[in-house]
Amino acid sequence: MRHVLSAVVQNVPGVLAHISGMLASRGYNIDSLAVGETEDPNLSRMTFVVVGDARVLEQVRKQLEKIVTVVKVVDVSAQDYVERDLMLLKIKAPAGTTRTEIRELVDIFRGKIVDVGAEEIVIEISGRESKIQAFIERMRPYGITELVRTGRIAMVRSGQGESESAPVEESGSINKFVNQPVK
Amino acid sequence: MSTTEAAAGTELLTGADILVRSLVEHNVEVLFAYPGGASMPMHQALTRYKDQIRTILPRHEQGGGFAAQGYARSTGRPGVCMVTSGPGATNLVTAIADAKLDSIPMIAITGQVPTKVIGSDAFQETPIVEVCRGITKHHYLVTDVRELPRIMREAFFIATTGRPGPVLVDIPKDVQNQQLLVEWDAPMNLPGYSGEKCKAAPEQIRQVAAAIKLAKRPMIYAGGGIIASEASELLRELVRRTGIPVTMTVMGLGAFPSEDPLCLDMLGMHGSAYANYAVRDCDLLIGLGVRFDDRVTGKLEAFAKHAKIIHVDIDASELNKNKAAHFPICSDVGFFLAELNKIVEAPEISAWVEQCQTWKKNVPFKFDAKFDGITQQSAIHELWKMTKERDTYITVGVGQHQMWAAQFYRFSKPRTWLSSSGLGTMGFGLPAAMGVQAAHPDSLVIDIDGDGSFQMNIQEMATCYCENLPVKVLLLNNQHLGMVVQWEDRFHEKNRAHTYLGPIHHDEWCGKGSSIYATERYPDFVTIAKGFGWGAASVSKKEDLRTALQTMIDYPGPYVLDVEVPYQEHVLPMIPSGHTVDDIILE
Repeated sequence: MRHVLSAVVQNVPGVLAHISGMLASRGYNIDSLAVGETEDPNLSRMTFVVVGDARVLEQVRKQLEKIVTVVKVVDVSAQDYVERDLMLLKIKAPAGTTRTEIRELVDIFRGKIVDVGAEEIVIEISGRESKIQAFIERMRPYGITELVRTGRIAMVRSGQGESESAPVEESGSINKFVNQPVK
Repeated sequence: MSTTEAAAGTELLTGADILVRSLVEHNVEVLFAYPGGASMPMHQALTRYKDQIRTILPRHEQGGGFAAQGYARSTGRPGVCMVTSGPGATNLVTAIADAKLDSIPMIAITGQVPTKVIGSDAFQETPIVEVCRGITKHHYLVTDVRELPRIMREAFFIATTGRPGPVLVDIPKDVQNQQLLVEWDAPMNLPGYSGEKCKAAPEQIRQVAAAIKLAKRPMIYAGGGIIASEASELLRELVRRTGIPVTMTVMGLGAFPSEDPLCLDMLGMHGSAYANYAVRDCDLLIGLGVRFDDRVTGKLEAFAKHAKIIHVDIDASELNKNKAAHFPICSDVGFFLAELNKIVEAPEISAWVEQCQTWKKNVPFKFDAKFDGITQQSAIHELWKMTKERDTYITVGVGQHQMWAAQFYRFSKPRTWLSSSGLGTMGFGLPAAMGVQAAHPDSLVIDIDGDGSFQMNIQEMATCYCENLPVKVLLLNNQHLGMVVQWEDRFHEKNRAHTYLGPIHHDEWCGKGSSIYATERYPDFVTIAKGFGWGAASVSKKEDLRTALQTMIDYPGPYVLDVEVPYQEHVLPMIPSGHTVDDIILE
């Protein structure tokens, strides 16, 4: 199972190293990790794509919450959410029909050509994982010389979810999460 | 300083003074500190506050770290140690990791090279915060002296609240020397850490009370959380109300009195057969402040497999981590017990209690009382009888002697038993005893040690002598790394692989010893002890043991009693790693 977790963390030195070190040392399988500042410069947001069953997810979440500089953790994929991945792609595109073909594909995928060289062009494209993958497959035959991705970022759709949970875990709220008896 | 500044509660101090003042304000009465280039300003500051804080100089940074733990484990208050940068800091790493695994509140202060050379591979520079990220509860590199008052408040707060643990504060030398108009009441900035104890919900307490009422074969499995939460009295009250038998982890010993008929003593790999049988057959396992460690559970799937499991812990990440619980409850265990005691009713379990008593009678911890010399078990048993009425603290190293002490010294009070349990660090015993003695100058503090463990921090004998810390060492000296020898005997056809502690030309080195004792004893611990200014004696005859122990106990200063014990003795019972109670080795 693939889960998207979003963590708000204090914007202090070492927090990324702390979190990635914890995930690595406990052997969790992280597909993607994206970090950036939030609207509040004191806080950053990390988006993780975690692969594992419900028990792994529960552990990853609780281990994250235990880190002092982690302010809150939300399981975005448990709710209705939007996710995006931004990719830059350098493609062999000699002027002529090839380049025209590529331009058409870029339009269909709603990407942008952001740099044009004599033999290569750079394409910017964003979207869900499946769209990004499909675009990579379309481009492969032309010859991908370089590919960079940001990793997934995600946001719960408005009108639900994240804003309801308190910024700091209130006493007892951890129990809401762990309290379901297992069979 | 102008009058307005003074009125606003600010004053001009160096970073080093701010640090020491904040220790004073957090009621630190003693710290263990080894100076070096990058921590000298802090040591200079300590001399200015010597009436308020006693600074003890260990002989190795690791010794200082374990002494701080000895202080913390025996008092419940945070232990503090200080070292210089580089090797000073890395020498402390084991003690920090140890405090993390056993949830011990500790403040580790490290000097660091000046900020302008950080990252340049300067002399005695190590990125100690990087090294320690995964083994601290939290950590700080102080790059601005203005942050220091706040960071020290946060460090003490984090170390002592929630699930306790070690906090590292790394302070570059220039920060120690910078002057600052201090604002002492700088607020903490911890949006992700409340320090509030999580508390079981009323319906969870009711569920547990109902489960207890219905249980036919309930069992309490109590751990270090009971001690950390100061909930030992509440646990005893729960047992008085319900009559449920209790077993404890190594960290839990002392939480419930060993001499109580309902006490089934320690469980796990070297736990009592009766505790392990009871866990196997129970229908309700009440885990209180425990973490289902592999040395306790053996094969996880088989552990308490007929039982409904209640797991109460202050750390949510422990719940369902190793073993899924039917009732996972995130709560301070003291709060949980206080609430439960208000409503719990005694179940009808007389047949079960009788069964437990029968096991306890039939398969007790035992040793060969007829043996001609002194066995490790008999020495510990004798020591217990002679000291149990006194105010006594016991520390241990790691290995066979540790397990025998857990089995045969029958603890009745929390915080009187100090063992490196999670990390299992050899060399813990002597420096930990030193820390206990510093906290409790009038108590009897005894390190029950093995000759392997003792040698790992033997330099602390100097500290004990020079700082007037009259700790006693009961040295169970079998000339071998006994626990490894035991595994060699059981699982490796007795092939000795570097487990003999004497010279390599001795027959014992390759397992060809002709006696149950090593023929030549090495090193001469009595001479070593005397060189350090300690009292010391050696004992090998059974009939001399009591007198020798009495001499040790009565000696006014630090004292080593070197006890000659056989090396073929095995710690039993034993459940081999990853196995179940049905594979228990009793003989």
